[in-house]
Amino acid sequence: MHIMSATTVTLFEQLGGKDAVEAAVDNFYRRVLTDDRVSSFFDDVDMDRQRAKQKAFLAMAFGGPNNYSGKDMRTAHARLVTKGLNDSHVDAIIELLGATLRDMGVAEGLIQQVAAIAESTRNDVLNR
Amino acid sequence: MPTVRYESNSYELKDSESVLDALLRNEVQVAHACKAGSCGSCLLRAVQGEVPTQAQAGLKDSWKARGYFLACMCRPEGNLTATVVESDARIKATITALDHLTHDVLRVRLACDAPFEFRPGQYVTLFRDNGLARSYSIASLPEEGEIELHVRRISSGRMSGWLYEEARAGAHVHLQGPSGECFYVPGREDQPMLLIGTGTGLAPLYGIVRDALRSGHRGPIYLFHGAVRPAGLYLNNELKAMAAAHANFTYTPSVLEGDKPGTFEIGPIDRIVTDRFPKLGGWRCFVCGDPAMVLLSKKKLFLAGIAMRDIHATRSCRRPREAAARHVLIELSATKLTRRLRFACADLSRRTPRRDDLHAADEQRVRNFQASPGARGADAE
Repeated sequence: MHIMSATTVTLFEQLGGKDAVEAAVDNFYRRVLTDDRVSSFFDDVDMDRQRAKQKAFLAMAFGGPNNYSGKDMRTAHARLVTKGLNDSHVDAIIELLGATLRDMGVAEGLIQQVAAIAESTRNDVLNR
Repeated sequence: MPTVRYESNSYELKDSESVLDALLRNEVQVAHACKAGSCGSCLLRAVQGEVPTQAQAGLKDSWKARGYFLACMCRPEGNLTATVVESDARIKATITALDHLTHDVLRVRLACDAPFEFRPGQYVTLFRDNGLARSYSIASLPEEGEIELHVRRISSGRMSGWLYEEARAGAHVHLQGPSGECFYVPGREDQPMLLIGTGTGLAPLYGIVRDALRSGHRGPIYLFHGAVRPAGLYLNNELKAMAAAHANFTYTPSVLEGDKPGTFEIGPIDRIVTDRFPKLGGWRCFVCGDPAMVLLSKKKLFLAGIAMRDIHATRSCRRPREAAARHVLIELSATKLTRRLRFACADLSRRTPRRDDLHAADEQRVRNFQASPGARGADAE
C-alpha cells in the first residue's frame, strides 16, 4: 500500500526512501530493546536477523515497497499472540516509531501517515 | 517425498529432513560438524536438481555456480543428485609447529600446498584424513606465510584430542574456507576500535588488531581479553610489547577469578568494557568467544551506541554438553536490571550442572540459543 501525498511524491520518497529506513532502524531497534513494555518480544538471540525484520517493518510503515501480506503478518505474530501480545504492545510500537521519526527531524504530518500505515496492520498482527 | 541420490544410491528425505540428516540416518559417511550452515564441513555438489537458496547462503559465487551446497541446510523440494566436492574446494596443508601457549591452548601452524587467500579473523575448517572437521579462526597475517590457529583443549574433543595427543609436525590435513565476515576493512582510519574476546576468541582478534595496525589505522584500538584465571591470558607478553610499540593500541587483560589488582582487571568482560566505555557511538567493534558472552556484548555495545553494521562477531562453537565457562555471569537480557537473568554456568568439562542450578526459563533460553543457527561458529574443540 502506498499512501500518496497531495503531490505525486510518495510518502516513502518524502521520508527519504531506503536511506531513511537504514538511518532509522538502529534508532528504532534500540528503543524496542530498552522499552519494558515490549522488549521481551524483541529479545531474539540473533540480533542481525532481528534487525532485518525491523527493517522490513519500517520499509512497510514508511510506505515503501514490501512483500508483506496480511497473511504473513498473521503467521509472523501468531506465536507472540499466544505469549500475550495485545493492543497495548501495538500502541507502544507505534509510539516508539513516532519517537524515532521525531528524533530524525521528520515532520509531524508525515509521522501521522506512518502511524496510520502501522495502525492498518493492527488486526493482522493481533490475529483478529 | 524428494529423494537424494548420492554415490549411486538413493535415499528418501523424511519430513523437513536435511540432505545431511538423511545421509547420516542411512549411515552414509559425510563430513559434518556444526549442522547449522556455518562451518562448511558438509559441502557437497549438486549435479542434478534444484538446490534451495538457503543451502548456498554465504558460499562463494564461483562455488554456487558449480552447484556447491551445504548438506545440513539443504531441504530440497524435488529430487537431487549430489556428489562429493572436487578437490579444489579443499587444499592440502602440513602442520609445521605445535606450541603450547597455556595448559589448554595449543598454537597450530600450517603451511598450505597452494596459495590460500584469507583475511585475518576469518575462519577455516580443518579436516583430518578420517573426515573429522572442525572450524578455527585465523590469527596470522597473510604475509606470514603460515596459517596460525589457536586450539582449546576440550575434554573428549576428537579434533583437539588428536592435535594434543597424536599430531606431530609434518602431519597432513586439509583446509576449506575461509569463511566469516569478522575482519578489518581498511578505511575510516581514525575510527576508534574495540576488540573483545574470551578464551581462544583472542585468535581472530590477534589477527585483526595486527591487520589494522599494519594497514595504518590511526584511531585508538582497545583490545580486551578475558580468561577464567590468569593462566588463561595467553600471548600476554606479545600483546604488552605491541601496546608498548604502538601509541594507539591498548591491551587490557581480565580474569573472572584472581586477586592481583593492577596486572589485570577482575570481573565479567562485558561489564569491564561498558564501565570503561559507556558511550560508544561511532566506534567499530569485534567480539569473539563464548557464545553467551558474544550475545550479551553485542546487545550492550549496540545499546551503547555502536551501529549494528559496525559490530562484527564470531561465536565459539560449542556442543551443549561442553557449553560455557565456569562461573560466567550470564545476563541474557542486557536491557533492564529488572529483566536481567543471571546464573552461573557450570564448567561441564569438570562437572555436570545440577538441573536446579538453572531457572527453568533460563534453561529454555539457553536451549533456544544453542539450537539457533548462529550459535555455532568457529573455534570448535
